[in-house]
Amino acid sequence: MRTIARRLLQLVVVVVLSTLFVFSLLRLFPGDVADAVVPFGTPQQKQQFREDNGLDKPFFEQYATWLGNLLHGDLGKDYQSNTPVSEKVTAALPVSLQLMLYAQIIALAIAIPLGVFTAYKANTVADRSVNTGAFALLALPSFVLALALAYFVGVKWRPDLPILGQIPVTGYEPGWLEGVFGEPTGDIGHHLGTMLLPAISLAAGLIAVYMRLLRSDMIATLQENYITMARSKGLSDRRILWRHALRPSSLTLLTVAGLNFGTLIGGAVAVEVIFGIPGLGTLIYQAINARQVVELQSYIAIIAIFYVVLNFVIDALYVVLDPRIRRAHA
Amino acid sequence: MPDDPLPGLVQDATGHGMPVDAGTIEMAAVETGPQAHRRRRNGIGITGWLSIGWLALVVGLAVLAPVLPLDDPKESITAIARRGPLADAGSAPGHLLGGDFNGRDMLSRLIWGGRTTLLVATLAVVIGFVFGGALGLVGGYFRGKVDVIVSGLLDVFLAIPAVILALTLVVILRTDPSTPNAGGVDPTVALILAIGLVSVPVLGRITRASTLTWSEREFVLAARAQGATHRRILLREVLPNVLPAMVSIALLGVAVAIVAEGTLAILGASVEPDTPTWGNMIAIGRINLQRAPHIVFEPALMIFFTVLALNMLGDVIRAKFDVREGAL
Repeated sequence: MRTIARRLLQLVVVVVLSTLFVFSLLRLFPGDVADAVVPFGTPQQKQQFREDNGLDKPFFEQYATWLGNLLHGDLGKDYQSNTPVSEKVTAALPVSLQLMLYAQIIALAIAIPLGVFTAYKANTVADRSVNTGAFALLALPSFVLALALAYFVGVKWRPDLPILGQIPVTGYEPGWLEGVFGEPTGDIGHHLGTMLLPAISLAAGLIAVYMRLLRSDMIATLQENYITMARSKGLSDRRILWRHALRPSSLTLLTVAGLNFGTLIGGAVAVEVIFGIPGLGTLIYQAINARQVVELQSYIAIIAIFYVVLNFVIDALYVVLDPRIRRAHA
Repeated sequence: MPDDPLPGLVQDATGHGMPVDAGTIEMAAVETGPQAHRRRRNGIGITGWLSIGWLALVVGLAVLAPVLPLDDPKESITAIARRGPLADAGSAPGHLLGGDFNGRDMLSRLIWGGRTTLLVATLAVVIGFVFGGALGLVGGYFRGKVDVIVSGLLDVFLAIPAVILALTLVVILRTDPSTPNAGGVDPTVALILAIGLVSVPVLGRITRASTLTWSEREFVLAARAQGATHRRILLREVLPNVLPAMVSIALLGVAVAIVAEGTLAILGASVEPDTPTWGNMIAIGRINLQRAPHIVFEPALMIFFTVLALNMLGDVIRAKFDVREGAL
């Protein structure tokens, strides 16, 4: 319990520090922020902008007001289209979350069987060739894969392949998660179609990482005494692998997979832009190009808070899942 | 416990902080145990030599670009516009890899682009290596309050996904063409600083974790008992042992930086669009993906093979110096 309380305190500290970091970072923006955000505004409008965002106040007062507003859901305004940022986030967040979820599902669905298989066949030709493939996959940036998929599926092979020809290469159809955010939902089949190529582009790199992690943990587990015990009882290899060895070997994998939700947002920016998916990444891209500093500040802060809290939750889960760690702390 | 775990650190069985952020694990995952041992026995192996060969070729061409008999990378030759090496309408004679949408020689642009990309990536990692390394050494060696501050600082940096942090930094640092008087630095410098700053916490984490274990060894204790100064112990006893881990991660870091340049280019945040880099070539060629895919895929292949070679070399170094995941 004391550990949890202590970590909670650390969590608060890191949240405060990282939002402060984001806040001061964007104060370094060259020139007058008002000139960047409302370039064609009259002097009165620019003055109004400064007052709205408290730019005339001392730094720490600005920060406190901003953080308070942020925690209350007031994320500022996009001064180009004059829409509240919170509205844009509500529309974009489910899009990005679904994309990341699909990418994770695809990655785990392929990586877990491969990891188990390569650990079982460790140091055979099959193991080595899968590993070499994973190595190549690690060197393939997601934006390169995205462009390759867009070209081959969208242009080159399109006329010849009946099924692939149906996959849309750009555009987006709302899915199911939008409903939770009070946004209109769409046709699920078409939705999955629009998400397929972007999700694969993001998943490819993860497959290699996940597979290798599971493989090395699994090899270690397979040398444990209770595996020998299970084998001597005459259990089948399949049962030992899936029922006895997989669960204890999957801790690191699950941790990394969980943490990846945060990093995926970064990787997703380019992929979302390439495929025209209106997620958080696209919003960040647009905000940067329109020099909407106030808006950008909110997006980055949201991601930072999300990531830090996620870190904390996974850390706590890890302690719960693995009794050995729990005892080490007691 | 002297080193308090911070969010993002999980305690492993031996009680050492084990970094579990995705970036570190991704890099740590590159190692494969049994193969590593095999390779150590046989020198660096065929993959090691192939990697060194490819990198030597790419770096050599990039360095020699000004003296090589290449076309001007910014000069348009209308006849070869959008002509690829395998273009259906006939290739472009005298231009091995064809031309881009403006008829600029692709071979020349790839070599000049490689020059800028490799320079940016290398200098960025040097920044990460020096500052991350210094922070990690100090935090891992002195522990206690110093470590809490260092680790906290690195955690704050790591709380923002690398791509997004780098993107923000580029936009903040570089001179904006619309407001030239507002200040800022040259876009290339901005890019190097941005990627460099992002790589500081990754290298810092690795160095800190490695320093933690090496600082506990007997020879460090012996040096301390003989009255050696902290500075001497850090530089003469700890650093040489931590260096292999840092170098192998730095090689992977260069690979990550090359990919980062590409990602930022797609988002319009690399160097000026006019200057060829591998990322910029892809970003600009994207518009012509349908008609002239070679404009995108030639630089994409350069990125792929260079990143692959760097990953393999990093792996070989890990194996040779027995950089174990447990130590990270």
